[in-house]
Amino acid sequence: MGKSLFDKVWDAHVVKTIEDGPSVLYIDRHLIHEVTSPQAFDGLKKRGAGVFRPAQTIATADHNVPTMDQHLPIKEALSRLQVEALVNNCAAHGITLYGLGHPYQGIVHVIGPELGITQPGMTIVCGDSHTSTHGAFGTIAFGIGTSEVEMVFASQCVLQSKPRLMRINIEGALQPGVLSKDIILYIIARLSASGATGYFIEYAGSTIKGLSMEARMTICNMSIEMGARGGMIAPDDVTFAYLKGRPCTPAGAAWDEAVEEWRQLYSDADAVFDKEVDIDASVITPMITYGTNPGMGMGINEHIPANGAGDANFTKAIQYMGLTAGAAIRGHKVDYVFIGSCTNSRIEDLRLVADFVKGRQKAAHVEVWIVPGSKQVEQQAIAEGIDKIFTAAGFHLRQPGCSACLGMNEDKIPAGKYCVSTSNRNFEGRQGAGARTLLASPLTAAAAAITGYLTDARELLN
Amino acid sequence: MQAFTILQSRFVPLSIENIDTDQIIPARFLKATTREGFGENLFRDWRYLDDDAAKPRPDFVLNQPQYSGQILVAGKNFGCGSSREHAAWSLADYGFRVVVSSFFADIFTNNALNNGVLPVTVPDGFLQKLFSLDSEATLTADLNLQTISIDATGEAVSFEINSYKKTCLLNGYDDISFLLSCKDDIEAFEKKSFRVIEQNSRPLEFDSEYNLIGNHQHKKNNSKKFTSIY
Ligand code: SF4
Repeated sequence: MGKSLFDKVWDAHVVKTIEDGPSVLYIDRHLIHEVTSPQAFDGLKKRGAGVFRPAQTIATADHNVPTMDQHLPIKEALSRLQVEALVNNCAAHGITLYGLGHPYQGIVHVIGPELGITQPGMTIVCGDSHTSTHGAFGTIAFGIGTSEVEMVFASQCVLQSKPRLMRINIEGALQPGVLSKDIILYIIARLSASGATGYFIEYAGSTIKGLSMEARMTICNMSIEMGARGGMIAPDDVTFAYLKGRPCTPAGAAWDEAVEEWRQLYSDADAVFDKEVDIDASVITPMITYGTNPGMGMGINEHIPANGAGDANFTKAIQYMGLTAGAAIRGHKVDYVFIGSCTNSRIEDLRLVADFVKGRQKAAHVEVWIVPGSKQVEQQAIAEGIDKIFTAAGFHLRQPGCSACLGMNEDKIPAGKYCVSTSNRNFEGRQGAGARTLLASPLTAAAAAITGYLTDARELLN
Repeated sequence: MQAFTILQSRFVPLSIENIDTDQIIPARFLKATTREGFGENLFRDWRYLDDDAAKPRPDFVLNQPQYSGQILVAGKNFGCGSSREHAAWSLADYGFRVVVSSFFADIFTNNALNNGVLPVTVPDGFLQKLFSLDSEATLTADLNLQTISIDATGEAVSFEINSYKKTCLLNGYDDISFLLSCKDDIEAFEKKSFRVIEQNSRPLEFDSEYNLIGNHQHKKNNSKKFTSIY
């Protein structure tokens, strides 16, 4: 029996397996940030242990940082303490930190690929569930809890049980105006918010092959939103072209060797999966969520399902959202638009939005925040003049961080307000207590910013 | 870690599905740098009407004195969402030692077990039965037997847990001590799977002015012939 992509990478990283228990899995790269690491450093200290392989851990500050005036000290005391703790812990343990002010700072899942830290065939973990993003490069990448962060510090390993494998085959051409974000929202709506729990997903098929690396990252990013441990895509020439010449990728002869090795990373023709799902990409339309988990999504021209069965959870979600079961969602008024987060804050996203809004103006009643995923994305946007397009449209280009994706810093959506967001979670209160989140692609978000209402962006395409 | 063997207790019913970690502990309460005190903010936005936590919501179970105990019984897909271990800390800190549901998110299961909180997966029918019991009812969770039972009727169902995790929890062992005891194996693994790529992919280091100064612990070692590890 052939091996799947997942098996190849997994098998190459198993140090040993405990009988009827998990495996000791070796971790190539460990990414850390200020929120889920302090207690792990603390635990290490209590044990009198050190960081075993500090060169394989890379840190950044993202969850808690302000997105304005980053050169000034952080105003909020607890946030400042958390960021300072990260600086001190990294210094004490010899860990590379691309912290606030550093030209490489940014959302942990944006900077990993951008710097070439993320490479095919690796195992990557981070105390953050969207670590699945890195799977776009053919890595086994998944989120871990703080106790596990401490395990990686202490031993460069985690204990993991081998997940079941699901392959999602996506075939066919996308309609114009439909983006990779729509593909993943569509898949989650079909499988539900828990439909892939216990599985690791491989995304395959001609549609995936035709996507850029940034678009692939958007898909892998949201694997966790259906409960999957992670998602991955076999690396190909698109992957190699993206990685070549990045700051942390090998160069010269080592690069050629690396590519030679990476080319073996694909699922063999006779590899077996525990579950296979087929998706026809040509039927996907721009998606929007209407509820309080990412599985509650639909095409923007569809109606919110009627609650025929009287499901209390459904009623609770619709009430929280202030929407009506059975009603259309298109045309609903919008208060905020947030374009950012590790799902959609890369340069391609910003370019696409800039292209769309060029020469247009935001609706007067909408507040629009654009938060680049990293310092490098921000600088690139400025170099390309994208910032000017945003300013002219009335959009506010802020500084990099997680921002309104989880509302840990000042960037919160007020209670009761509607926010079309390119992030990945629409949970109650995710963007601020009482905030109402509608997940969508950057294009759908941009269209809502321009009209002030939920809009099918395709009607505004030239 | 606190060991767990058997627990008899009343329980708190929370019959909501897809309870995500943002509900268990909202992000704005993740700013502490220690593990203590998170219980105060458990289910914060469901527990209080106001942001200052002055006005408890009377209709929320944690505010209803008839419900108490160290067992939380919750709807399907409990603990989905973020990897924040703060969710497990807040449940433990509040006093819960067992969470019963018909389905748990993966990362939450690990986080709970690493903090001495036992996630118990039961069939949906049994879960619905628990929701229909009155507030006086007590349950017994027995890790040795891997069963959870309704004390009044003796009705019991068994639950699964892998034997490694079971041993850890019964004895209060934690994974980190185990991994530290594997150091020799880990070092042997590193030698065996040495990769040229690894040596050439270290993070770049900068000085305090952000000038590039080289690679982190970069070892020039291209002597070993490349051999595939896949
Ligand atoms: S942008 Fe949002 S989802 Fe991504 S790492 Fe930050 S908080 Fe998590």
